[in-house]
Amino acid sequence: MTPEPHPSSRTPADSEPAPVLEAVDVTVHYPVHHGPRGETVHALENASLRLRPGRTVALVGESGSGKSTFARTLALAQEPTSGSILLHGEPASARGRRARRAYARRVQMVLQDPFGSLNPLHRVRYLLERPLRLHGSVTGREDVEQRLRALLERVRLTPPERFLDAFPHELSGGQRQRVAIARALAVQPEVLLGDELVSMLDVSIRLEILNLLAALRDEEHLAMLYITHDIAGARYFTDEIAVMYAGEIVEYGTAEDVTQTPAHPYTRLLLDSTPDPDRMEFLAGRTNDVEDTAPDAADDDYGEPPDLVRPPSGCRFHPRCPFARPECSTDRPPRVQVADGHWAHCWLLVQPAAEETRAPSATTPEMTL
Amino acid sequence: MTVSPPLAPLTPSADRLTWRTALRRLVPANRKARVGLAIIGVYVLVAAVGPWIVQSLMGLSPTELTGDVLQSPSGAHPLGTTQDGSDVLAQLVVGTRTSLLVGALAAVVSTTLSVAVGLIGGYYGGTVDSVLGALTNAFLVLPGLPLVIVLAGYLRGRGGPFAVALVIGLTGWAWGARSKRVQTLSLRGRDFVVGARLLGESNLRIMLVEVLPNLLPVISATLMLSLVTSILAVSGLDFLGIGDLNSVSWGTMLYFAQQRQAMVAGAWWWFVPPGVAITVLGAAAGLVNFGIDELTNPRLRGAGGKAAKTRKPRKKGVR
Repeated sequence: MTPEPHPSSRTPADSEPAPVLEAVDVTVHYPVHHGPRGETVHALENASLRLRPGRTVALVGESGSGKSTFARTLALAQEPTSGSILLHGEPASARGRRARRAYARRVQMVLQDPFGSLNPLHRVRYLLERPLRLHGSVTGREDVEQRLRALLERVRLTPPERFLDAFPHELSGGQRQRVAIARALAVQPEVLLGDELVSMLDVSIRLEILNLLAALRDEEHLAMLYITHDIAGARYFTDEIAVMYAGEIVEYGTAEDVTQTPAHPYTRLLLDSTPDPDRMEFLAGRTNDVEDTAPDAADDDYGEPPDLVRPPSGCRFHPRCPFARPECSTDRPPRVQVADGHWAHCWLLVQPAAEETRAPSATTPEMTL
Repeated sequence: MTVSPPLAPLTPSADRLTWRTALRRLVPANRKARVGLAIIGVYVLVAAVGPWIVQSLMGLSPTELTGDVLQSPSGAHPLGTTQDGSDVLAQLVVGTRTSLLVGALAAVVSTTLSVAVGLIGGYYGGTVDSVLGALTNAFLVLPGLPLVIVLAGYLRGRGGPFAVALVIGLTGWAWGARSKRVQTLSLRGRDFVVGARLLGESNLRIMLVEVLPNLLPVISATLMLSLVTSILAVSGLDFLGIGDLNSVSWGTMLYFAQQRQAMVAGAWWWFVPPGVAITVLGAAAGLVNFGIDELTNPRLRGAGGKAAKTRKPRKKGVR
C-alpha cells in the first residue's frame, strides 16, 4: 500500500521542468487586533517556492509555522505583504471576479477539513456541478452528467450513482475528502494545493488518499503542494520537502536528502519526534506535557513555539536549538548549500566544526605569541 | 448471504442540517412548538375561510348597521352585537383576516430587511458592515412605539391597514438584523464559504446559495416572533385610534368597544373576544419560541418532551 516514489523524484533541481507556480520572497504580516497598534504577526517571511508539473513539494512544520498561510497566499486567498506569486512567470492576481476565476481555473486548493469544506445543505451533484459550470465550459445536461460520473470515477468513488445524490453528512471522512478533491479537479487545474488534507482523516484512510493523489499527480501532470506535519509521510509521497519554522523555510531539498541527511537542527528534531499517527502516546502527550513524551530524547528541548508578534532575533529557532551559539541569537543565518538542490539556513553549516574548535582557535594565536 | 455495503442505506440523519431537515425543523419535534404552531394554524384557517363562512353561509355582516343593538349572545348572533348592531362574531372573524394579513406583511417586511442587512453586513464586513451596523444601531435606539405612533398618526388611515404594516415592518427589523449578522459572521469564515470564494463564485451567489440556507432556522424563529409583535403593534395602534378605523380588525373592535363604553354597559361579548384572540395568538407564538429555544438550548431540555432529547440542533441565537 506504500505509494510508489515518483520516478523523477530524485533528479537534481536544475534539470526540472519550468515551474507552473512560483512564490518569490513572499512575506505575510497580519495586523494584531488586540494589542498595541502597528504590531503584526510575522506569519511568513521571505518564503520562496517553485511548483513544477508532475511534482509534489511538501511543506512540513509544526502548527503555527506558517504552512497554511503560505498555501493560502499561493491560492491568493491571502494578499502577500511583500513578494509576488508568479503563474507561468507572470505575476498572478485575483483582484476582481474575472481574475479570480481565471486563477481558480489553474490553481485549486483542497482544504484540510472535509467536514467543513462542503456545504452540508448541498448534494454531491451540486458541489461538483458548480466548478464544472463555472470553469468547465459544459455543453448541456448530458455533458454535465457524463463529467460528473467521470470525476467521481477519477477519485475512485464508484459507482457514481450512489454518491451523486448524497449529502456530505451521508459520506465518511475519506469519501468527503475525495469529493473535495474531485471538486478541485473539476476545473482541470495545473496546480493543486493540499492543506493538511489527510490530517483529519482516519489513519487507515490516509494512505488511500495519498495513493490517489500520487496517481492523479502522475496521470494529470499536476503540480502539487502537500502541507503536512508528518515528515515521515511526506518522504514517501513527495519529491521535495520544504521545512518551515516560525514563518521561514529553514531547509529545502529532495525528500530523500532532507529526511536522510537533515541539515537543520529543527529538521532533525522533527525527524526524531516522528509525528507518527500510530504512536498514540505522542498524540496524547501533545495535550499534556510534551517533554514527558520524549524521555529517550532528553537533549531535545521541545520548548514553546515562538511568539510571531515579536519573533526571536537572529535565527528564529535559536531559543529552542540544542546547538545554539552566540551568533545564532544576533544574526540571521545565511542560506548554505549542503548538496545539489539541498540547502538550509543555519550557522552550524557555516562553520561545521566550530563547536569543538572554537575555544582553541580563538585563543591559540595569543598564547603562542 | 446478506451483503450490506457501508454505503447502501444512505439515510439522512436528523442531526444534520440539510434542506430536508431544515424544512422539517420549521415544524419542530417539540410539544410546545407543535401546540403553538397548531393554534397559529387554526388562526390561519379562520382567516382564510372564516369570512366566507360567516358572511355567506351564516349571513352575518361585520359592518351592517341593524336595529339589534347591543344584544347578548344568541342563536342569531353567537357572539352578540355591537352598539351599532353589527355582529361581533363576523367582526372577529373578518378582523382575524385583517390582523393576520397586516401582521404577516409587517413580519415579512421586517424579516426580509433584517436578513438583507444582516447578511450583507456580515458577509462583506469592513466599510459596508460599519455603515449597515450604524444604520442598525440607529434603528435600535429609535424609540420604536412613539415613532410608529407618529408615522401612523401622520398617515391617518391613508393607504389602509397595509400602510401601517409597512411602517411597523420598516421600524422593527434592527434586532433581527443583528442576530443575522452574527450568524453570517460565523458562517463567513467556514471552509465551504472560503472554498466557494476560491472557486470564483459570485458574492451574491455565495450569500444566497451557500450562506442563506444555513440561516433558515434562525430566520423562521425571527419571522414567528415578529409576526406576533407586529400584530400586537397594529392592534395597539388601532386601539389608540391612529390606525385605519375603516377596516375591521381586533384593534378597531377594541377601539370602538372602548369608545362606546362597552365595559360600562356590561357588553362583555364585545371586547372579550378580540382580547382573547390576541392573547391566545400571543401565547401560541410564545409557545413556538419556547419550543425553538428548548430545541436549540440543551440546558432547557428535559421536561420538553421526548423528541427534543434526541435532537442535537446546531443553531443557536434564536431571537
